[in-house]
Amino acid sequence: MSDQQNVYKTVDHLFRHESGKMVSVLTRIFGFSNIEQAEDIVQDTLLKALEIWKWGKIPDNPQAWLYKAAKNKAIDIIRREKLKYKIENEIAVLLHSEYSLAPKVNEMFTDGEIKDSQLRMMFACCHSSISQEAQITLMLKTLCGLSVKEISSAFLTNEETISKRLYRTKVKIREEKIPIDYPGAGVMPQRIDAVLKTLYLLFNEGYNSSHPEKLIREDLCEEAMRLAIMLSENFKTNLPQTNALLALMCFQVSRFGSRLDDKGMIILLKDQDRKTWNKFLIQKGNEYMTHASSGDSYHDFHIEAGIASIHANAAAYDQTNWQIILGLYDSLFIRTNNPLVALNRCLVLAELEGPSIAIEELLKMNGLSENCHYHASLGEMYFRSGEKTEAKKYFLKALDLTTSNAEADLIRRKLSLLES
Amino acid sequence: MYLFRGGMAGEQAANVPQDHMQKWMKWMESLAEKGIMVGGEPLVPTGKQVNGSKKVVTDGPFIEAKELVGGYLIVNAKDINDAVEISKGCPIFEVDGKLEVRPIQKMEM
Repeated sequence: MSDQQNVYKTVDHLFRHESGKMVSVLTRIFGFSNIEQAEDIVQDTLLKALEIWKWGKIPDNPQAWLYKAAKNKAIDIIRREKLKYKIENEIAVLLHSEYSLAPKVNEMFTDGEIKDSQLRMMFACCHSSISQEAQITLMLKTLCGLSVKEISSAFLTNEETISKRLYRTKVKIREEKIPIDYPGAGVMPQRIDAVLKTLYLLFNEGYNSSHPEKLIREDLCEEAMRLAIMLSENFKTNLPQTNALLALMCFQVSRFGSRLDDKGMIILLKDQDRKTWNKFLIQKGNEYMTHASSGDSYHDFHIEAGIASIHANAAAYDQTNWQIILGLYDSLFIRTNNPLVALNRCLVLAELEGPSIAIEELLKMNGLSENCHYHASLGEMYFRSGEKTEAKKYFLKALDLTTSNAEADLIRRKLSLLES
Repeated sequence: MYLFRGGMAGEQAANVPQDHMQKWMKWMESLAEKGIMVGGEPLVPTGKQVNGSKKVVTDGPFIEAKELVGGYLIVNAKDINDAVEISKGCPIFEVDGKLEVRPIQKMEM
């Protein structure tokens, strides 16, 4: 690898994570309304670093180099009063005196304060006046350092849509005067649920195979987990539901490598080689599960993690305790009324009582007529009961609805089994 | 308004020990937190003086270091006694400095 390629590789990895940290810190200093200027400073800093480093001289401590450059730019902007919106946070008066400006900015770039800023940023991004879709987009842009291009690719949309969404969100942030702060103890449970929900959606965006490209998906899962781990490391946010979500993520990711074969074909849970499941992550999942059980209340994530835990800890597919899983799906459905939960419940029912009961239940369901998994599941149930014509009809419908190449391959394999 | 004289106030920033700087920072942070601090700036020990009706420019001020104004801070206080009490937390006293408490004059219309 040439020196220059080497630089680009180091820089790419470093930049994504450092950019998330720097944007959070600068936004906390400047106020949420000035987020764009925070992003500009970070962008300039990274460009400048690339410009200097591409000649082969990466400093020994590139992180410190970036922080120093960003701090200087921030101090300069405050001194020359170049911020678009007035700083109105609790440190504003300190930032406006030379006695404390530089020391304060310096202090904000220390490890503890950086983490603190990232957590505040998570809460700010997941504020209730921002739509769910925009919350994820904003988190990916600000906290995860993904570019508009990467985000649009993750959401299977174009860059213009993402840019517009971000623009509208920033207007909203200013109009609603959303603070970048921890919620008070009284509203913490609700606010953290919103954050966890968004992290879970982000994780699922990566975990589910709706995307034709594999790489970006693993990134999304990793980012969601990274942010969730940060929440678990702070005493204010290390709540039982935080641990339940982390347990769930660990169990899901432990199977990541087993879900596709080397040609990128989907391997179903039943046929996965359990020896390849990541033992470390399952162990981690079990640990988080223990922490999750510390409180007296429980959350949807507890149930979902419970289901994932039974799968992850079952020695073999036919040793899975389907009865317990069915019970968990029942309580999850009562809580969420989510048709996808009902769909999965039907598949468990099929394991316990055979496909015909599952078909009966599936046909009674509403709201999933455009869902590929619904039709694929019906196809599979008819296939198992030997009703080939019906099976084919549903598999074809599912094939029509899927956006994922891997899923389409799986369905085609099923269809060819029907022909034989 | 607090006028700081002597102590480390007249030193160049680079010559002030780190831990002393941190004490100032802490003190100001505590004032800011309570909403007492309004603003203020440290001053470089040397500058120029513009004198009298002829506006003669000289270097200066050349006075004893312990009399030199090293900076100022404006605070919100109930009255002068309150301001004096608040000033007692200032780290300038640890290095034998002085602090002058002067109420800001409100001009009549």
